Formats: sequence, structure tokens, C-alpha cells
Amino acid sequence: MSNMSPNKNPMPEQAPDVRNKNFSEVALGYSPEMAMDEAKRCLNCKNKPCVSGCPVNVRIPEFVALVAEGKFAEAAAVVKSTNNLPAICGRVCPQENQCERQCVRGKKGEPVAIGRLERFVADYVMEHGEQAAEVSAANGHKVAVVGSGPAGLSCAGDLAKRGYAVTVFEALHTPGGVLVYGIPEFRLPKALVRKEIATVENLGVEILTNTVIGKSITLDELLEEEGFEAVFVASGAGLPNFQKIPGENLLGVYSANEFLTRINLMKAYDFPQHATPIKVGRVAAVIGGGNVAMDAARCAKRMGAETVYIVYRRSDAELPARAEEVHHAKEEGILFRLLTNPTQIIGDEQGRVKAMEVVEMELGEPDASGRRRPVKKPGSEYTLDVDTVIIAIGNSPNPLIKATTPGLECQCWGGIVADEETGKTSREAVYAGGDAVTGAATVILAMGAGKKAAAAIHEYIQNKEK
Amino acid sequence: MFPILKKRVLNPTVTYMEILAPRVAKKAQPGQFIMLRIDENGERIPLTIAGYDREEGTVTIIFQKVGYTTYSLDGLEEGDSLLDFVGPLGRASDFDGMRKVAVVGGGLGVAIAYPQAKALHDLGAEVDFIVGFRNKDLIILEEEFSAACSDLTIMTDDGSNGRKGFVTTALQEKLEAGAEYDAVIAIGPLMMMKAVCELTREKKIPTIVSMNSVMVDGTGMCGCCRLTVGGETKFACVDGPDFDGHQVDFDEAMARSRMYFDEEQLSMEKHACQLGGKKQ
Ligand SMILES: Cc1cc2nc3c(=O)[nH]c(=O)nc-3n(C[C@H](O)[C@H](O)[C@H](O)COP(=O)(O)OP(=O)(O)OC[C@H]3O[C@@H](n4cnc5c(N)ncnc54)[C@H](O)[C@@H]3O)c2cc1C
Ligand code: SF4
Ligand code: FES
Repeated sequence: MSNMSPNKNPMPEQAPDVRNKNFSEVALGYSPEMAMDEAKRCLNCKNKPCVSGCPVNVRIPEFVALVAEGKFAEAAAVVKSTNNLPAICGRVCPQENQCERQCVRGKKGEPVAIGRLERFVADYVMEHGEQAAEVSAANGHKVAVVGSGPAGLSCAGDLAKRGYAVTVFEALHTPGGVLVYGIPEFRLPKALVRKEIATVENLGVEILTNTVIGKSITLDELLEEEGFEAVFVASGAGLPNFQKIPGENLLGVYSANEFLTRINLMKAYDFPQHATPIKVGRVAAVIGGGNVAMDAARCAKRMGAETVYIVYRRSDAELPARAEEVHHAKEEGILFRLLTNPTQIIGDEQGRVKAMEVVEMELGEPDASGRRRPVKKPGSEYTLDVDTVIIAIGNSPNPLIKATTPGLECQCWGGIVADEETGKTSREAVYAGGDAVTGAATVILAMGAGKKAAAAIHEYIQNKEK
Repeated sequence: MFPILKKRVLNPTVTYMEILAPRVAKKAQPGQFIMLRIDENGERIPLTIAGYDREEGTVTIIFQKVGYTTYSLDGLEEGDSLLDFVGPLGRASDFDGMRKVAVVGGGLGVAIAYPQAKALHDLGAEVDFIVGFRNKDLIILEEEFSAACSDLTIMTDDGSNGRKGFVTTALQEKLEAGAEYDAVIAIGPLMMMKAVCELTREKKIPTIVSMNSVMVDGTGMCGCCRLTVGGETKFACVDGPDFDGHQVDFDEAMARSRMYFDEEQLSMEKHACQLGGKKQ
């Protein structure tokens, strides 16, 4: 019998005024009872609209039906057959734009909580153990992957399952890409990311950290000297954009990447036990409206800032962040200054931030992206007293690989030109995907690109053999 | 893990180490740097590559004990290992067209200037190497230095070696005596590099400085190392560390270098009590 409640089972969470002072996970996860009750809301539709909304086509009704029956390990196996990192996706996918948007139950009331169920089954098997995935016998072919974010990991995992010897080269000292340096502990616990990465390593994937492709070794050397038959470039979009307004180099102005890396990767919230410091003042302003901005704002609050603003030039409806993050940020006391754009950052005699001048905006005609373009309201400038400014207006692909790989075609903004279906680039044997190709996007799109490239690389190497 | 194969204490504040890191050694060029992390709780810090041996697979670092991480690093011995060691990072120095050069090193820049002087000397350039120390007891690597240049000048702040004054004093004397340099390379504290640039600006001598900004990743990902050069924002870790000194906004760079002064004090206190703890 279906559960006809119009609402999702609510997610147990830490209370807002408790969690905004700690770095423990905000959402605590469903109990088995909640998960089974929620799963019973699924109507098991024949045409499976939800599956078409998922970039990696998780077989949603199938796994949800197993959850309803209490067969959690079997449910997890169904999810994992198409998604290598479900505990992560269940937590960070923008479900409201993907699977849950297509859900029939969402037409009257809330959709089935697909993301929460995905998280539940993934966590369940992580805790209770699971069968190791099947790995084909080694086929003697070597493939290199550049970058250990979601795109690189999913490509590496899929190739390893097919019997390839895969080495992932990672510039930083810890694998995971944005999952470890960007997304904070309270949203995606790092112990969990480590476990998900360990399952990929258990497939036989070797991860070599502290290796910068283009510096420590070039892409061509991987192909010509180190015996790799193909390379998948998944180097992400790690280059921080600045606003190019006066005062951006003052003390107390951070790129979101720096701010989040210090806190998440280097654990500055645990200074001086961890040696990396960070300075968060009394009043912080975060510029931008995406997931990165929400994460930075919520970190600033947790680091002790009394007042934290989100300054975003469009309106509430256009905020690109996941709905849940915006909701959580508001609950935690983050103040939203929407339709507002900074014009300059003002410093004191020592070169430290003391204020930021902003101007009010209004929405004009739609621009090329279809979103209404924000335009300045003349004369509406005013200043906010702030001592910390975090710029979260987007990241572009790092130019290093492009600069050191002759013949690799790139877009003017730095994205690598790659075929959408295969990841094939302008260079033979070189494939690319994830944020390095699309610019900053989502975990699941990056994973999807990694999977497609794995299939294409497999085909390329098999054909070459013949 | 990256083992420490050799350690030499050069003077009470400066230490020399050879680290086994074959991939880094294979690619290293003068002017480039590495980022290291001692252990799981450690900070990532940049250090200039002071030398390398491609056959042995070793990279030399020379560091001055200035803060928590460099003090901890100095506490390690041969046989210990570093958890992370990545490089070579940054652009290699460009020595094109330099036939007569003054290489000026002050403070902790002395050791870093050495590979530059040596590289130029090996390329056949005439190198005037000017280095400065606080007093004669702190003078290091004198033999290596002499072997890496045509003319070595060692200055001391207190004159205890007979040559009192700053490195800029020596450079000014050389310029006044008619030395004509294709370029001056200045490496050291920001104040010193700024002073050298002021000297050479009037004489229009191209001057290259090596910017030791605060860094986190060292690969262009965080922007922490940004500085203004010729009115534009640059990242020291990928666009540098060498820059045209006459274009660098030194005042801004000096302000930025003081960002974590208070935190560094805190870390040092922690270091002091850890050392205290060990003795008991
Ligand atoms: C703060 C933040 C929050 C986010 N929140 C969400 C969210 O809630 N939901 C969501 O779906 N998406 C979110 N995103 C976006 C998502 O994380 C990215 O789209 C996704 O991680 C891209 O994956 P990737 O594998 O392409 O690249 P990345 O995750 O960026 O990984 C690239 C890796 O390559 C390495 N690398 C780069 N250059 C080199 C080189 N030359 N040699 C070796 N290694 C190299 C990098 O160090 C990095 O580890 C967020 C992003 C950020 C920054
Ligand atoms: S991976 Fe993302 S889109 Fe696909 S089912 Fe899971 S939550 Fe939905
Ligand atoms: S150190 Fe992070 S960009 Fe230079």
C-alpha cells in the first residue's frame, strides 16, 4: 500500500542555533523506519520520469521499491551499478532540478525524497559492509586520469572494473577535488569521502597525490614515456574569479577557494592543532549566490563571525545554490542582501578591510543565458561595515594543462573542447570531462562525464588492438 | 613519503636539507619552488628549490627558521620523512640576454639567490654576487658562493666581517664605480627588494625580484599569493615567483605578508610548549 502523504518524511537535523557553531554534519540521515515509510510514497511509475532526470540514470523506482521492502543492501547494489559515489550524490546533488523535479508525486505536494533515500542506502552499506563490486581480470592496458575529483574518480572506477590499470594523478596532497577542499565537513563529512574513495581504490585504482600534470610531468610524457595508452583530463575548474573592483587585494579579502581550502582541506577551524591559520572577523560579506557562496557564508558563521551577509546581484528566484543550502543558510542566520552588487572594498591605514560599498540592482531584460540581467539603480550606493569579504562569483578551469599540452583545443574562457558524448578532445588518446570542460557545474554531471569517457576510452583501446 | 637524505645546520638559523623526490628533481629549474607539508596536521609552505640532482633524485632546500613550520622542519633529522613534497612549481627564471648580472641576496633570500647565481655563472655570464648577513657568525656557504660567481661581496649589518652595510650599499658602490649590468636579480625580504628596485629604477636597469608571497596550494587555485604587478593582479605561484621589480606594488605586498602575524605568534607558542613538553 502506498503512503499518500503529500510531504516528504522530514530530515532529522541539528538545530540551527546549535549547528551554526560546529562543523558536524547538519543533516543526520533517515532511520530505517523513516526510509521505508518514505520509499512507500513512490508509485513505481511505468515510464520512470525520475530516471530521465538523473544524469547517470540511477534506476530509481527499482532501488526505492527495495528500500520499501527493507532490502537495503540490495537497494544499494542497484544504485551503485550506475553511481560510484552515492553517499556523496545523495548529499550534494541538486535533486530539485533533477530526479525529484520529474517525480510525479511532486505535482501535488512534495516529490519522493530520492536524494535522502540514496544517501540512506549508501550510508547503510558503508556501515554494514557490502559485497565487493565485480572486477574483470586485468587486461594489461594502462590509462592515466588527471585529477581526483568526481569526474576523475568515476572514470577511474569504471575503467578499473573493466580490467584497466588506472593511475590517477592529483596535484593536492589529498584526493577528492572539490569534495575535500571545497564542500565543508558539515555538509559532506570527509571521513565519508575517504571511504567512497577507498572503494574506488579497492577496485585497483592507484592514486598518486602531490603530482601536478604540466609541472611534475606533462600530459605528453604520460603518453610517450610512461606507457599510458589514453589520458582522461578531469582537472576541474579551480581558478578563482575576482570581481575586479577596487580593494580586492586588501587584507581580509579571500577568494572562496582560499577561504574554503584553509577551512576544509587544511582544517583551519582546528587551529592551532592544525597549523594552517585563517582570520574571520566580526562581520563577513560573501559575494555570490551559488553553493560556493552558501558554503563560505556558513563556514564564516561557524568560525565565529557575528554577522554574515550574502550579497547577490539577482533575486531570490535566481539563486543558483541548491534549495536546501539556501534554506539552511537562512535558518542559520545568514543575512541575504539580494539585488545588491559590490562596487568597491574600502580599507584602513594598515590595508585591512573596513567596509564595502554596494549598489542596489533591479532586473532588466533577459540576457543570453535567459536570466534577467541585473542593472544598477543609479544613486543607490551605500556602505556595509564589514571586515571580511569572500568572493564566490565562480571559478574557471586552471590554464596549466592547456598551456603545457600542445594541440589541446580550448574555449576562450579556458574550458577544454570535448565531445559531449565521449569526452574526446582535439588530441588523439586524450579525453576530458567534468568542470574542466563545462566550467563549474555539479558533482553528478562531472561523474556522468567520467562514465561516458570511460566507455569511450574502452572502445578506443579495444579498436586500436584490432 | 619523502625521506630526508642529508641535513646540515648552516648557522643557528639556517638549515640545509636534501630530500628524495625523483619526480621533482627530474624537472626542477632555477627559480622554481616546492610546497611541502611535514605531517597530517601541518601547513603547506613554499620553499625555493636551492639545488637538485637528477641522477640521485634529490632536491635541496635551504630554509631559515622563521615560524612554526620551519622550526618543526628543523627538528627533523636524516632518515625522517616529509609527508608531502610537490613540485617543481612556478615558472623557471628567464636568463635570456644576461651577460653581466648582479645577483643580490639578503636575509633568507641569500640561499635562494645562490642557485640563480650558479645557473648564470654556469651559463657563462659575469656574475657579481652580493649577499648580506646580520653578523659574521651567520655567514653561510661562503665557498659555494665564491664558486658560483666572478665577484663575491659579503656585507654584514654590524660590520663584523669588515664590510659594514646593507646589500644595497654594495650595489650602489658597484654602480657608482661604473658597473654596467644587463640585469639585477634581487632576492630577499620585501624591504630589501624594494630598496634595490629604487636604486636600479633611476638607472633603468632591468630588475627581477622573487616574490615570496603567502601561499596555500601553490598551483593557482586559491589566489592567496596574489600581488599587483604593473596595475594587474598576478598570482605569485603560477605567474611568478619572478617578476619585474619595477612594476611590483611592494607596499601592498608588505601589508599582505603580515596577514597572519598574530596567528604565527600563537603557533610559535604552541611549538615552544611542545618542545618544553618533550624535555620532561
Ligand atoms: C564550495 C563548492 C560547493 C559545491 N557544492 C556542490 C553541491 O552541493 N552539489 C553539486 O552537485 N556540486 C557542487 N559543487 C560543484 C562540484 O563540486 C563540481 O562541479 C565537481 O566537483 C567537479 O568535479 P571535477 O571532477 O570535474 O573537478 P574537481 O572536483 O574540481 O577535481 C579536479 C581535481 O583535479 C586536480 N587537478 C587540477 N589540475 C591538476 C593538474 N594539473 N594535475 C593534477 N591534478 C590536477 C585538482 O586538484 C582537483 O583535485 C560545489 C563546488 C564548490 C567549489
Ligand atoms: S544521482 Fe542525483 S539525480 Fe541521480 S538519483 Fe541520485 S540524487 Fe537523483
Ligand atoms: S598559492 Fe594558491 S593561487 Fe597561488
